[in-house]
Amino acid sequence: MIERLDTMYQRLLSRNILVAVIIVILAIAAPYLANTYTISLVIEVLIFSIFAMSLNLLVGYTGLPSFGHAAFFGLGAYIIAYVSGVNDLTLSLTNNILLTLPIVIVGTGIIALIVGSLALRTDGIYFLMITLAFAQMLFSVAMRWSAVTGGSDGLIGIPRPEIDLGIWKYSFESRTAFYYFVVTTFVAIYFGLHNIIHSPFGLALKGIKSNQMRMQVLGYKTLNYKISIFVLAGVIAGIAGMLLAQFYWHASPENLYWTISGQALIMVILGGVGTLIGPVIGATLMRLLPNITSTYTNNWQSYMGIMLIVFVLCAPNGIMGILLKKLKNNR
Amino acid sequence: MNDLIVQSINSIVFSMLLFIMAAGLSLIFGHMNFINLAHGSFYVLGGYIGYTMISKIGSYWVALLIVPILVGLVGATIEFLFLRRLYGKHRHLEQVLFTMGLALITADIIRSNWGTYVVTVKTPLLLDGSISILDSQFPLYRLVVIGIGLTIAVVLWILMQRTRLGIILRAGVFDKNLVSESGINIQVIFTGIFGLGSALAALAGVIGAPLHSLYPGLQFEILVLTLAVVIVGGLGSLQGAFFGSLLIGIADTFGKALLPEISLFLIFALMAIVLLAKPMGLFGAQSN
Repeated sequence: MIERLDTMYQRLLSRNILVAVIIVILAIAAPYLANTYTISLVIEVLIFSIFAMSLNLLVGYTGLPSFGHAAFFGLGAYIIAYVSGVNDLTLSLTNNILLTLPIVIVGTGIIALIVGSLALRTDGIYFLMITLAFAQMLFSVAMRWSAVTGGSDGLIGIPRPEIDLGIWKYSFESRTAFYYFVVTTFVAIYFGLHNIIHSPFGLALKGIKSNQMRMQVLGYKTLNYKISIFVLAGVIAGIAGMLLAQFYWHASPENLYWTISGQALIMVILGGVGTLIGPVIGATLMRLLPNITSTYTNNWQSYMGIMLIVFVLCAPNGIMGILLKKLKNNR
Repeated sequence: MNDLIVQSINSIVFSMLLFIMAAGLSLIFGHMNFINLAHGSFYVLGGYIGYTMISKIGSYWVALLIVPILVGLVGATIEFLFLRRLYGKHRHLEQVLFTMGLALITADIIRSNWGTYVVTVKTPLLLDGSISILDSQFPLYRLVVIGIGLTIAVVLWILMQRTRLGIILRAGVFDKNLVSESGINIQVIFTGIFGLGSALAALAGVIGAPLHSLYPGLQFEILVLTLAVVIVGGLGSLQGAFFGSLLIGIADTFGKALLPEISLFLIFALMAIVLLAKPMGLFGAQSN
């Protein structure tokens, strides 16, 4: 019995390694195999995957229904715009990723800490509404305060990043170079989150999700855990927003809008709540479908609305939910 | 000084609109434990249908009566067909996604029927005049809106405090099982609440249309303000909706007059202060 299980495990492992090797080769070779349109699409999918994974930390692992995650996505975009953008309204300090990335992390982190310590005093519906309200208010400030934020046009002239070590300098300005930059960031965040989720900290979060009272009785300071994960999720969303702004050379108030928060939620739930790969699947589908149906430009609102409704009524556990169920039945 | 009086009355007019919205939303949140992000859409739908009806029939008053009934029936039908599949303690996200879907579809329906231009609705002829209060001219219509808001507040208060239905509703906030175990058909009540909530939103839309114009994106602006009212006031509380509306309405009107760029941020700050003191809102049930 144990032997059989062992061989099964070995087979599964070798298959996984094979899959991993293929994915790595494909990822490295992609710019030479695919056309520029496809590469742009992959970059976009990866950026939104990072964003959706960060939201999944709250929704999937800790049970915090945030509906204002676009706030941090947009903040990341605007912060990088102020720091590196070449524009009348921006500071144009530096474009060295070794400096700009920490600034984005600290900036979004501080704001996430403030909003989190406030919003996490409540939970459930209240938490959801406060996060939504916060994001919408940022959006309205971005739209109306044109003298500082560029209004509905947003901020333009954001360069793609470069690494500057003084003696050696490399720019990710070309599409291919930026693609590798995004892939690297994605992989780093994916495995970083993998470690966090399986650490004692991650397990405590799962405990909070299933029974907060019990965790408190066991002596966990649940509020501190929740604030920490809120800040982490905000920072990663900020990094995703930074990447999107650099990719399009543009920070737009749209990045802060509630439809972006909603899209991220759909990605998470469509793919499967509380699985690491789920949001990536969800993000891939969400960004690919509009391109295939090509209805995106005219009636994208109806298109997305109908998709939402059908999805909620038919597959509330997401694609990973369906797959996991099948796996269980096969066993 | 004159300006201050005008702004004060304006802020109360706006508060009354918010109250009619928030009373409906708070009913739905508090009694059905359901998040309805399409509430702003019912408001805007009321405004646009009212606009068409006024220009076709020519009577504001007919529109004021019929539009809320129409939109209320639409709301009740949606509840009957779909929403009852989504009730449950841990299903808020599904509710959010579903009603967000409704809001997006409504936005598209409005765009294809009424276009993306700004639509202005005329003040009803009978109320087109103005009254002078302390040397400043004041449009009669705005005072009537205050009157309508107060009337609705009183009617809802009587409904909640003095009728059998009110007792059932108030009991439902605390213990739904108890209500249904007492032999009351809670499904029918939920359909009724959602219909009433939608009708109130549409009523606010018809009343509000002559005050401000109708434009794309209005539903989300009004939704966020209504959410702020409900958060500040407390879920499921009529008093909360009333005083929350006054607070948010006054803050919004004066914020827009004094610091137009960041007026919404003032409201968020206000919300933050209230929540720091009372996490469940001013009049919300403070226990978990």
